[in-house]
Amino acid sequence: MSRRDDTHLRSDTLEPGSAEPGYTKPGATGTVIAFLRNVWRQLTSMRIALMLLFLLALASLPGALLPQWNLNQAKTAQYIIDHPGLGPLLDRLGFFEVFASPWYAAIYLLLFISLIGCLAPRSWEFVGQIRSKPVSTPRNLARLPHHGRLVFTDERSPKQIADQVQKGLRGWRFTQREEPAAGDGMEPVITVSAEKGYWREVGNLVFHVSLLGILGAVAVGKMVGFEGSAIVIAGEQSEGICSGSPAAYDNFRPGLLVDGTNMAGFCLKVDDFEAGYTEAGTATNFIAHLSYTEEPGAPTQTYDLQVNEPLRLDGERVYLIGHGFSPIFKITFPNGEVRTYEQPFNVTDGNLTAEGAVKVVSPPGYTGDDVYLHQLALVGIFAPTADLGHGDLMTSIFPAPDKPGVAIQIYRGDLGLQNGSQSVFGIDQKQVDNGKLEKLNRDNMFIGDSMVVDGDGTVIEFVGYHQTVSLQTSYDPAQGYALFFAVTLLVGLMMSLTIKRRRVWFRIFPSSTGAGSAGADSSRNTSSSTVVEVGGLARTDQAGYGEEFTSLMKLAVVPTNQPSNASTGRP
Amino acid sequence: MAIDTALATLSDQLFGAAAASYTAALICAAVEFSSARTRKVQVNERELVAAGVLTVDGTSSGRPVIPTAQPIGHVAKAEKAPWGERFGRVATVVTVVGFLIHVGSIVARGMAAGRMPLGNMYEFTSLICATVVGAWLFIKLRQKSLPIGVFVLVPVIVLMFIAGAILHTEAAELQPALNSYWKWIHVSTVSLSSGILMFSGIASVLYIARNRYERKGSTGKVGGKLPELATLDRIAYRTAIFGFPVYTFAVITGALWAEVAWGRYWGWDPKEICAFVTWVLYAGYLHARATAGWRGSKAAWISVVGLISIIFNLFVLNMVIAGLHSYAGLN
Ligand code: HEM
Repeated sequence: MSRRDDTHLRSDTLEPGSAEPGYTKPGATGTVIAFLRNVWRQLTSMRIALMLLFLLALASLPGALLPQWNLNQAKTAQYIIDHPGLGPLLDRLGFFEVFASPWYAAIYLLLFISLIGCLAPRSWEFVGQIRSKPVSTPRNLARLPHHGRLVFTDERSPKQIADQVQKGLRGWRFTQREEPAAGDGMEPVITVSAEKGYWREVGNLVFHVSLLGILGAVAVGKMVGFEGSAIVIAGEQSEGICSGSPAAYDNFRPGLLVDGTNMAGFCLKVDDFEAGYTEAGTATNFIAHLSYTEEPGAPTQTYDLQVNEPLRLDGERVYLIGHGFSPIFKITFPNGEVRTYEQPFNVTDGNLTAEGAVKVVSPPGYTGDDVYLHQLALVGIFAPTADLGHGDLMTSIFPAPDKPGVAIQIYRGDLGLQNGSQSVFGIDQKQVDNGKLEKLNRDNMFIGDSMVVDGDGTVIEFVGYHQTVSLQTSYDPAQGYALFFAVTLLVGLMMSLTIKRRRVWFRIFPSSTGAGSAGADSSRNTSSSTVVEVGGLARTDQAGYGEEFTSLMKLAVVPTNQPSNASTGRP
Repeated sequence: MAIDTALATLSDQLFGAAAASYTAALICAAVEFSSARTRKVQVNERELVAAGVLTVDGTSSGRPVIPTAQPIGHVAKAEKAPWGERFGRVATVVTVVGFLIHVGSIVARGMAAGRMPLGNMYEFTSLICATVVGAWLFIKLRQKSLPIGVFVLVPVIVLMFIAGAILHTEAAELQPALNSYWKWIHVSTVSLSSGILMFSGIASVLYIARNRYERKGSTGKVGGKLPELATLDRIAYRTAIFGFPVYTFAVITGALWAEVAWGRYWGWDPKEICAFVTWVLYAGYLHARATAGWRGSKAAWISVVGLISIIFNLFVLNMVIAGLHSYAGLN
């Protein structure tokens, strides 16, 4: 059986399916091959392609409905804790990492295999179609989705009618054929086959190939691209960052094949940062004034980095993705030594309230194990426009630094840094729980205020702040290709959706031979009538072929000088 | 730039006036629909003759010949009571007036805020509604006897009510993250294509209803008055193949914007996932139409699922799930 989708305009759809040629009873290996061939035929069928498309849509949904590791780790972890039964199971099955899960990959790989298997033979066939004439007229036009019959009593010969029809088929490819006459001494039957819309096929192919191209570009990007983010303090004394190794970043997310070598070697500093706000506190503009060198030894250049205006350097792109503050403290230690500490805090709300911790790891005047009794941590919040509305609790009521304040809780003892990495924005709560880190006094301070630490008389003064900028560096060498294929995809799609693929056949019987199946009609006809049978076939775009087909039929009608009746016009 | 409050108020008033016009049109359209007679699939021989095609002698005035089989792709008209038709005409006129007022409201809003009027959910819901109505008028003005205005206006009015009562926010400036020309291209094409695809989805819903009616015989009152399957299918398909490439373009510009704003062109943000799912569903709809056994009502169902996914993406997602896009929403 060679049943195919009957919309594919293949010749085999016009006649009843014939038994597969050369069919023999298979042996053992034959069975396997037959099985494989069957699987392949199934996989590359439109029905399975459709199923896989639905499956792809369905499988994407958990990515939107469940928290995802790659987007929000904290939320995902919380979700798993909140759902102790289902959470860990879903996690193991990859539901929190849908787009990296094996089952998701299986679906789209099958889909693309199906696509290749479907389109390769189709393209091959298409090449054949272009090189040959429009297919010959099917025997029984009445079986086509669009068909009709015209009877003429005028003097035109079949040949004349055929020529007239052809003249009307502007923009179509057509051919005339003769079929053997019905009996001796009779004129032959003339057929006209015509088709149009070959570019639709080209567009369809371009579209599907572009899908493959996009998949490839995405895959390459995931392999060799990376993202790194860092918080940089703005101001004259800003250290900035130097790309060139993953260590430059606070957080580095490499592609599968990235080993950290061969990164662009630019350095940048944030000289100044500006933010504008409306009275309601909505941000109107952010600008980070950068100075940078493209590579070691290159001249220093400047750039105004803004949201939506990344700095593009040697394939890498630097983005402004956020900003915040780093409070500055002047600490006078018991031995009289004065030191300045500064630490970026982590913004937690729209008014830029920021949380963080300043850690004094090696307090002066102590040596050996004594250090671990006198390390300090200043844990708390920074509020650019501080408000003490809720009792003693400081919050920020406006994002601009109009009245900066800090609320600081002091800890002293062993910070536990030697036990492994800990967040830069907080302390290790275990050290507090096991008594190694002692919780002391807390206070709210505005600029110039100071506090005295319980016990040893250390003085902490809040002297000011710097603005900080969160920068992200992205590298994806394949994104240009992704865009290229997106454009060809769109062009292919538009070609394939606007160009109509149509076939039409005319079979013109000479006077009084009668159409074979004329039946009852012929009794109504006078002996010298010419019968024209017309059949039409459209592809998926059959919607609307009705009217068009009617006007195609009119091509055979006796030409009149009257303007043609417009009621059959296309909508 | 300051907000022009007088213009902003005018915009709100025009929005209300447009909704009122649509409601008036809805009432007329309801009369039109309920007075439409039940349509049966039929071949109208006289029409074919009028088309100058099927005559015995090949001239357009000769004796008619009956075609051998199926109708040649024309639509039989239901005979309508004249007053129903008149109501239909009034409905169309009032809809046109409402549409113009609606466009005025959108323009005034943009001028009031000094930017494209697509900065928040209220604004793009308004544009989507205008697009649905525009698509409907485009079809209706070309094909007079299509008494399905009710089914277009009801969802539009519901959406406009939601927009006016729940989503409405005062005209305001935007966060810098939203200021990019890609954003304007992206959001406007998303709104336009969503409106068109929503209209297509409505036609598919009607297709399913009509299909049910035809298969079960003459039980449904509503189904019988609906246009024929071929008409509904054509409307759904034509609008879909117009809306789908625009939607594709919108998704691509969204990726371009994301590249500029967030450092990657695609990151499987919830909004991006839903856009992708919607896109795949419409690809599935077009595929289904080329698949044996999937044409007709199965394809129509896919289009309806696509409609649901558009609504989900535009409304539910913005309000419920926080992603990078979420600040485009309510606050
Ligand atoms: C990766 C997923 C796929 C997507 C997003 C997709 C999308 C589309 C779209 C939007 C169309 C409509 C354009 C038109 O009508 O010409 C289409 C048509 C088509 N697709 Fe796909 N497709 C995919 C996979 C496949 C596969 C796996 C096959 C083969 C089994 C296939 C075969 C076809 C064919 C034959 C048409 C032409 C239908 C016609 O007009 O006759 N596609 N596809």
